[in-house]
Amino acid sequence: MGPLLILFVLAVAVLGWAVMQYNGLVKLRNQVANGWKQIDVQLKRRHDLIPNLVNSIKGSMEFEQETLQKVIAARGAAVSATGVADAAAKEGALSGALGRLFALAESYPSLKSNENVKQLQEELASTENKIGFARQFYNDIATKFNIAQQVFPGNIVARLFGFSPSELFEIKDAGERDVPQVDLSLKK
Amino acid sequence: MPDAPANIFEQQAANRRNTVIVMVFFVLFVGFLGFGFDVFILGFSPGGRGLFGFPIATFAALLLGGFSAYSGLENGARSVLNSSGALPAPPDDPGYRQLHNVVEEMAIAAGLPKPQVYVIPDPDPNAFATGKDPDHACIAVTQGLLDSLDRDELQGVIAHEMGHVRNFDIRLMTVTAALIGAVMLLVEFGSRSLRFGVGGRRSSSERSGGGGGIILLVFWVIGLILAPLVSQLLAMAVSRQRELLADASGAELTRNPAALASALQKIDAAVEPTRSIKKGTAHLCIANPLGSSLDDKEGFFADLFSTHPPIRKRIMILKGMAYQHA
Repeated sequence: MGPLLILFVLAVAVLGWAVMQYNGLVKLRNQVANGWKQIDVQLKRRHDLIPNLVNSIKGSMEFEQETLQKVIAARGAAVSATGVADAAAKEGALSGALGRLFALAESYPSLKSNENVKQLQEELASTENKIGFARQFYNDIATKFNIAQQVFPGNIVARLFGFSPSELFEIKDAGERDVPQVDLSLKK
Repeated sequence: MPDAPANIFEQQAANRRNTVIVMVFFVLFVGFLGFGFDVFILGFSPGGRGLFGFPIATFAALLLGGFSAYSGLENGARSVLNSSGALPAPPDDPGYRQLHNVVEEMAIAAGLPKPQVYVIPDPDPNAFATGKDPDHACIAVTQGLLDSLDRDELQGVIAHEMGHVRNFDIRLMTVTAALIGAVMLLVEFGSRSLRFGVGGRRSSSERSGGGGGIILLVFWVIGLILAPLVSQLLAMAVSRQRELLADASGAELTRNPAALASALQKIDAAVEPTRSIKKGTAHLCIANPLGSSLDDKEGFFADLFSTHPPIRKRIMILKGMAYQHA
């Protein structure tokens, strides 16, 4: 009876461990999904804020119609984006257009002193931050999820129940990654 | 105190465990006070007759202690906020929009629900977090903090507080704050009843058994005298190592340790004490609200008696992190 009992105890231990691994993976998978949704929420919020901003500054910035048009176009593209890679690229372009708009707005004193515009700028800046932090959290939790699937012996459980690694949120737009080239040579 | 545990789960587990230890010690201490009351005031002796054969004060004290420990856990945050005069910050007020935004940003970065936001009308820059757990957390900042920091620095401070929330520091520190208050009250009561008891109690010293009774009395008095000191020391030890850890967690959330370093510099430069924050809650704050010069010193006594590590040391560590990031 001795060896059988040992075998039985071992089997129970292995089963218990597998259950724990499985539950851990399910928990992580849900956290990853939730993290992804959080990015979506913040992106949507940014889309909702942009028309307000454009409306409240277009009077003061009539000479910058082109920049405003670019922001509106970039927003339209981002709203209608399909798929992760497409969305990431178009949201990146929108961030760029907004950045240029804010830089230009700096040179309009009437805008800088307008309470309404200031509030909108704060909201948009904060939404940009929230998108960034939501991505950061998503990448952290997705990395944790992926590692849990790949390390031995957890990978056996992951393989058995068909867990698949999550994609990390990367910068797809090459322009966003580029470090600006500084030319210090004194050519004319 | 053991070394700070390496990962966040160990940190959370250690904080939950230490909270239980603090609560158990508190209940035992209250029971000890009750026992002294039984022996010296009510004239209890084991196996005695009538009412005094039963240690009624000990029993009542244990019950009361258990109840207040539980209430410290459940309502500690409320009393900490009330005692510092913190008011809820209306999210629609333009003056507090940025604060709410920053708190929400950090909650997203930590993957936690957004804590409630409070403002303390005090010109000295300071901040603390309190609450039972990350789902019932509150972050309070002084008006002075809002006025003197820029957005990035505010973010650094809120990230530090979010670190306390995530690590479950808030539970341990809130319970400790609530129970320190209770200990102070009890000691007051104990020493009063002792004076009364000793004054009108000539014959009961014979009753409680001469020499043995006196030794017990000495122990009781020493316990009474040392209790506030010991509970303060405990709170300080609890707080000191957690500040450095929360600085690191904050840097992990913002990936911008330089902003927190410059915020600490500004907080340090404001020499005035934060008057709204009482002594019993000092260990919750990001920087010592008492403006104690002890916190700037290093060495054994400074280690034993300050609630916070030297702010210059914290700034140095954060700048080191910023250097590694760059």
